[in-house]
Amino acid sequence: MAESAAVEFRIDRRSGVATYLQIVQQTKQALRLGVLEPGDRLPTAREVVEATAINPNTVLKAYRELEREGLVEARRGLGTFVRRTLGSAAVTTDAPLREELVAWTLRARAAGLDRDDVSALFTAVLDSTFKGDPHT
Amino acid sequence: MTGAAIEANGLGMTYGRKRGWALRDCSFRLPAGRICALVGPNGAGKSTLLALAAGLLRPTEGTVRVLGSTDRAEIRPRVAYVAQDKPLYPQLTVADTLWAGRELNPATWDADAADRIAAPLPRDAKVRTLSGGQRTRLALALALAKRPGLMLLDEPMADLDPLARHQLMGLLMAEAAEHSTTIVMSSHILTELEGACDYLLLVDGGRVRLGGESEDVVAAHALVTGQVRDLAPHTVIESRTTGRQLTALIRPDGPVDAAAWDVAEPSLEELLLAHLRSPDAPPLLTPSAHAREAVAAA
Repeated sequence: MAESAAVEFRIDRRSGVATYLQIVQQTKQALRLGVLEPGDRLPTAREVVEATAINPNTVLKAYRELEREGLVEARRGLGTFVRRTLGSAAVTTDAPLREELVAWTLRARAAGLDRDDVSALFTAVLDSTFKGDPHT
Repeated sequence: MTGAAIEANGLGMTYGRKRGWALRDCSFRLPAGRICALVGPNGAGKSTLLALAAGLLRPTEGTVRVLGSTDRAEIRPRVAYVAQDKPLYPQLTVADTLWAGRELNPATWDADAADRIAAPLPRDAKVRTLSGGQRTRLALALALAKRPGLMLLDEPMADLDPLARHQLMGLLMAEAAEHSTTIVMSSHILTELEGACDYLLLVDGGRVRLGGESEDVVAAHALVTGQVRDLAPHTVIESRTTGRQLTALIRPDGPVDAAAWDVAEPSLEELLLAHLRSPDAPPLLTPSAHAREAVAAA
């Protein structure tokens, strides 16, 4: 048996999000948070289904999707490995973007918007900007 | 293209002329490597279909080809069948039962798998002293350790508590992942199987009414709500009118007019219930679920 996998997945059957998408999203979240790093092995399909009792093809579909996006690679007989991290550099260290957002948020508050108003506005702009992009 | 695990053509079964048909005119195909939910109400013909596929019953009419063969003696060693009442020898101990499994399946017996699944069971206990859930575990240990190409499980989870259900379902899925075993599981409770299965057969009144990849079967339907009006050319499975509002489950024939209708994807459960309430709705088999011999003959 190879070294143990770096993450495990939680499947929420009531969330309304397709099971394979939950695996894709949780992997991406782990990449953003630095829980997964390049070279880490994802759990095998067998490990995932034994723990979650979901269909093996669902796991394979999620891994194919992650591979298609260039985030992981399958190495025959060894498993599926992380190739690169996700966006964390830009999120934490891209100071100019962050500063602009801080300034905009302060202006919004000065204009009388409360936290929920700002969040709703931001989400609406986010949705319309990224409309049509897969899984964002 | 991968082969078929089960292919039925005009399959029919009656347990005596007076008792009517338990199964009639069934034609479908289950591709190898799938995990299939066999659902339907009580008395729909699910158990009959499984026993026919296991080679335990001789069809009254039609054929069933299993893993490429119609010879029942050839099929039986390659199929594991767990009947609803989990038939085991009550006088044998757990250890004896596993020994018998090994002796009866010398070529394929996987002792590690048997020990792993049966681990929580007391070895020296007689089968008749086991609880329903423990008997299920022992029956599944025998079935999995046989390393079959096709597993036929009739209501496998009915006796199990939620923890054992999750654990045994996980084990089944792990086996399927590792050995590409085809699994058919029957239940009249769909939610029990929904996450685990990627293929669906709805049997009702002795006939196959829906068959195919769960995703494709769902995608072939739409739930529409709008003002009462004609839904042609779409096939209406079920519709309900309240005042001016019409709610219907349809099989769209071409695009649905999004300006006139609020369109949503039904859940698998909504889909099954709508079909069970509408016995006259036409059957639907996705392309992979069509029996090839029937296609060739047509």
